[in-house]
Amino acid sequence: MSKGRYGVHGGQYIPETLMNEIIRLEAAYEFYKNDPSFNAELDTLLKEYAGRPSLLYYAEKMTKDLGGAKVYLKREDLNHTGSHKINNVLGQALLAKKMGKTRVIAETGAGQHGVATATAAALLGMECEIFMGKEDTERQALNVYRMELLGATVHPVTSGTMTLKDAVNETMREWTNRVHDTHYVLGSVMGPHPFPMMVRDFQSVISCEAREQILEREGKLPSVVMACVGGGSNAMGMFYHFINDTGVKLIGCEAAGRGVDTDKHAATIAKGTPGVFHGMKSYFCQDENGQIAPVYSISAGLDYPGMGPEHAHLHDIGRAEYVPVTDDEAVEAFEYLARTEGIICAIESAHAVYHAMKTAPKMKKDEIVIVCLSGRGDKDVAAIARYRGRDIHE
Amino acid sequence: MSKIQKAFENGKAFIGFVTGGDPSIEKSCELILDMAESGADLIEIGIPFSDPIAEGPVIQEANIRALSAGADTEAMFRIVETVRKQTDTPLVFLTYLNPVFKYGYERFFSRCESVGLDGIIIPDLPFEEKGELSGIAESHHVDVISLIAPTSADRIRKIAAEAKGFLYIVSSMGVTGMRSEIKTDLASIIETARSVSKIPVAVGFGINTPEQAHKLSKLADGVIVGSAIVKLIEQYGENAGGHLSAYVREMKDSIRAR
Repeated sequence: MSKGRYGVHGGQYIPETLMNEIIRLEAAYEFYKNDPSFNAELDTLLKEYAGRPSLLYYAEKMTKDLGGAKVYLKREDLNHTGSHKINNVLGQALLAKKMGKTRVIAETGAGQHGVATATAAALLGMECEIFMGKEDTERQALNVYRMELLGATVHPVTSGTMTLKDAVNETMREWTNRVHDTHYVLGSVMGPHPFPMMVRDFQSVISCEAREQILEREGKLPSVVMACVGGGSNAMGMFYHFINDTGVKLIGCEAAGRGVDTDKHAATIAKGTPGVFHGMKSYFCQDENGQIAPVYSISAGLDYPGMGPEHAHLHDIGRAEYVPVTDDEAVEAFEYLARTEGIICAIESAHAVYHAMKTAPKMKKDEIVIVCLSGRGDKDVAAIARYRGRDIHE
Repeated sequence: MSKIQKAFENGKAFIGFVTGGDPSIEKSCELILDMAESGADLIEIGIPFSDPIAEGPVIQEANIRALSAGADTEAMFRIVETVRKQTDTPLVFLTYLNPVFKYGYERFFSRCESVGLDGIIIPDLPFEEKGELSGIAESHHVDVISLIAPTSADRIRKIAAEAKGFLYIVSSMGVTGMRSEIKTDLASIIETARSVSKIPVAVGFGINTPEQAHKLSKLADGVIVGSAIVKLIEQYGENAGGHLSAYVREMKDSIRAR
C-alpha cells in the first residue's frame, strides 16, 4: 500500500505530471508543521485575522424548545469570510508561500472556499484563480463578485455537470498545466495524499477548541458531535480530537437532496460504493460501470459525489455514522435556527442542524450535542426565498 | 517479448488513439480497422469516462459522445473482440482506474486476455500505486504501460526500470490536445530512460502535424496521436473512415521518412 492510507482508502491516484509536486508538497508540509516560526505565523493569522477561537455557543432556546439534550453550536460561521474554509486556506496559502509559490488555484462549490482562497491570496500577495461550476456561479452569484472584489479571476466551468466535481476536474487540469509556480489549495479532506491529512490537520483546530471549551463549560464531554459532510472538511475538523473519546458519537450529515430513493441526491455513504476518483480511493456515487454519477443537492457545498478517505474509513470501522438529510429538511432547519436562535446559517450547516433537531429531543437532558455551524447563510438567502416561492434578486 | 514490442520492430511506430464507442460502437470497430490497415502500428482504445481529468476538450467531448452511444465497459471488450478477429495490430486500452476497479481487477484482466488485448495505460495510476494491479495484469499477459512526464526528473529511472510494453513519454505539461509547439527537453528524458531500459519509447500529447511527428521520430521509437484523430471523428462522424486513413498514412510516411 502506498502513502496516505486510511484503511483501504486514500492513496495518490494522480497523473505522473503531478507526482513530484505532491511529493514536494508532502515534504514541505512535514517540515513546516513542526516549524515553530511557521506555526507562530499561522496562529497569529488565525487569531488576529480569522478571529479564532470561534465561539462555542449554548443554544438555550433551541435546547428548551427541543426538550432533550443541551445543544451547543460551534460557530465557524463567525470566522472571517464566513465559514470554516479559512482555517485550511490560511495554512495552505502560508505553506505555498514558504514553498516559493506565487500563484494559487482552487475549486469552489458554494463559493465559500473560493472566497477564503481569494482572501488569503489578497492578504499574502499571491495571484489567484478560482474554478467554479457554471451552475454554481449562477446560484452563488454574490460569491463570484466577492472573489472578483478580492482580486481573483473566476473561471466558470462548463464541462460535465457544471458543479463542484467538474470544478475539481478543471482545477486539477490547470495544475498539471502549471505546477512550477502554482499551488492547488484543495478545499476539503480529499484528493491525493497529503491533502486529506493536511486539510484535516488545519481544520482540526475546530475540535481542538471545542473539546477544551465544552470541558471548561460543562466539565464533561458531549454525547454526540455532528457536522455536515460534502467532501467532509468541517466534519473531519469537528471529529478529529474526539476520535479517541470513544464515548462521543460522531455523526456526519450528507445531502440527500430530493431523497435517497430518487436520482437527485449526493448521499455518498447511503448510496455510494467504493471507487477511485479525484486522486483517492473512497466511496463515490457512481454507476455499475464506474462512471461518476451526476449528484444533486440544494446546497452547492455538499453537491459532491464522493467523500474524504478518512471519513470512508471512519464509516468502515463504525467509528462515525453518516446520515442522509434532504433539501426539505435542511431548509426547515435553516428557517428554524433563524427563528429560534437568530442565526442564519449556511444551507450546508443546516443539514447538521436538522439532525440535531431530530435527535436531541430523544436524548437525556444531561447529555450534550455539539453541532458544527460550518458557515453563515447570507449567500443562501435568495435561494431559500426562491425555494419558498419568493423571487428575490441578489 | 510482449506483442506490444513487435509494433516497434519495423522502424518507427505510429500509435493512434480513438475513444471506444465514438461515434458509435459499430463505427468504432470500423475506424480502428481503418487505422490498422492504413499503417497504425499500435492502437489505443480509450474507455470513455465521465470525468477524464487528463484530457483536453477534444477527447472530453469524445467521451461524452461515446457514453451517450452506450459505450460501457462490456462494449469496450466487444470492440476489442470484434477488431481482434480481423487484425494482429497490438491493441491497448487507455482508461482511468475507476472503471477497472469497479469491474474488479481479476475479472477485468481476465476479460482483456480472452478478447486479445495487449496492454493498458492508466493515467491516474502512478508508479507508487501500480502494484495493486500489475501482478494480476501480468498473469493475464496484459502490459501495464508506464508514463513519464516533463516533471518526472529523478523518477524517470525507477519508472523506466520497471516499464512494460513501451514507455509513454508525455511531451508537455497539462492535458491532451493539439499543440503548435513542444518545448520539453525530450532528448534528455529519452536518454535517461534508455540508460536503464531497452523498452521502446513513444512520445504523445500535443502531436498533430506530420512535421512534428517527423521531428519526434528522430528522438523516439514511436509517436502517439490522439486528439488530432478524435477531432477528425468529431468533424466527419460516420464518414470519418477515409479521412482517418489518409491522415494515418500521411503521419506514418512522415515518421518513416529520413
